[in-house]
Amino acid sequence: MLDLVNIFVKGIFIENMIFAYFLGMCSYLAVSKTVKTGVGLGAAVIFVLGITVPVNYLIENYVLKEGALIWLDESYASIDLSFLSFIMFIAVIASMVQLVEMAVEKFAPALYGALGIFLPLIAVNCSILGGALFMQERQYSSIAEATSFGLGSGVGWFLAIVAIAAIREKIKYSNVPAPLRGLGITFIITGLMGIAFMAFMGIEL
Amino acid sequence: MSTEVKAAAAEVAVKEPSEPLFSKKNKRLLTDPLNDSNPITVQVLGICSALAITVQVKQAVVMSLSVLAVMIGGNLIISLIRNIIPSRIRIIVQLVVVASLVILVDQVLKAYVYDVSKALSVFVGLIITNCIIMGRLEAFALANKPWPSILDAIGNAAGYGWILIAVAVVRELFGSGTLMGFTIIPESVFGFGYMNNNMMILPPMALITVGIIIWIQRSKNTALIEEN
Repeated sequence: MLDLVNIFVKGIFIENMIFAYFLGMCSYLAVSKTVKTGVGLGAAVIFVLGITVPVNYLIENYVLKEGALIWLDESYASIDLSFLSFIMFIAVIASMVQLVEMAVEKFAPALYGALGIFLPLIAVNCSILGGALFMQERQYSSIAEATSFGLGSGVGWFLAIVAIAAIREKIKYSNVPAPLRGLGITFIITGLMGIAFMAFMGIEL
Repeated sequence: MSTEVKAAAAEVAVKEPSEPLFSKKNKRLLTDPLNDSNPITVQVLGICSALAITVQVKQAVVMSLSVLAVMIGGNLIISLIRNIIPSRIRIIVQLVVVASLVILVDQVLKAYVYDVSKALSVFVGLIITNCIIMGRLEAFALANKPWPSILDAIGNAAGYGWILIAVAVVRELFGSGTLMGFTIIPESVFGFGYMNNNMMILPPMALITVGIIIWIQRSKNTALIEEN
């Protein structure tokens, strides 16, 4: 149990998707103008990461890995489909996003109203595919660990986008040098936040 | 109404054959992304990979070439089949095309430059969701003929590449005193108390370097300055 909590906390702070790996920067920069939209997109990312990482974990371990197909037939033990992982992962992500979008629209119209436009955007958010690829690289030992990693990274991403959105709302009132306004200052602030987040690096979990 | 349509059709018919391979419009497709509509500093596309793999120039060069290859292939294929893709599932079609191209690039990198491929880790795979590729497919290749699409791909990949390499040069030179793995800053300088700035190797400095590049670019090209 403690392992799961460790992976979760690690995903939020130490291996933060934005500050340590810069994943999902495009939407992070584009949608962080106000806190409200930031919260919407952040919630959608938590949601989708929490679903796609475990699904991709199953695909990785029961279809793609060398010897993963052994549950079908003994003679499949030598088959290694891992070169197909990119296309499988992205197909899973794109279809999951579509499914999630339809399910949310049907069963939780209020949530759909809030997340609506952000859900399709997420299919091409690097942090989702990045989550799947990191899961593959780190070889988590159970689906619970993979889920906890997915949720933790999602929460970390949420935290980052809400923080930068709040700063950007305030920075409207300050006197930023003209060429730095908008994009430039956002980059520099994110860099400084990244330095602050590096304080967590020494923590061993 | 019919005359209008005819006139429009005639206009198209007249325009098409008269366009040379490197007309002024086509040249702009190549040169605009280098500065006025640079994918990284102006369109804000493809940031993720631009920041993560710029610790060393070699990685940046390999990454730029991979993106160039995937973009040309993707833009060409999507532009060839643009009229038969149903618009509702176009994202999935684009993803499948790009993912297959990326698998090719990944296998080639693993075969010929294994150490770089290891260093790029997940970022080769992330070319699939590199917004620059999806963005250009969506914004350009879906609405244009194959040849302009190829030019657009080359232009944007070059615009992406030069920022990548510029950031990598700054980070590698000040961070480890080398370029492409060769020592640039001589030993004697270290004798005077010069030290490599380890900060430069850390991820946050990539963001700050790009921020400063944006600052320099926009103070030269004032048309790009944002409102607030």
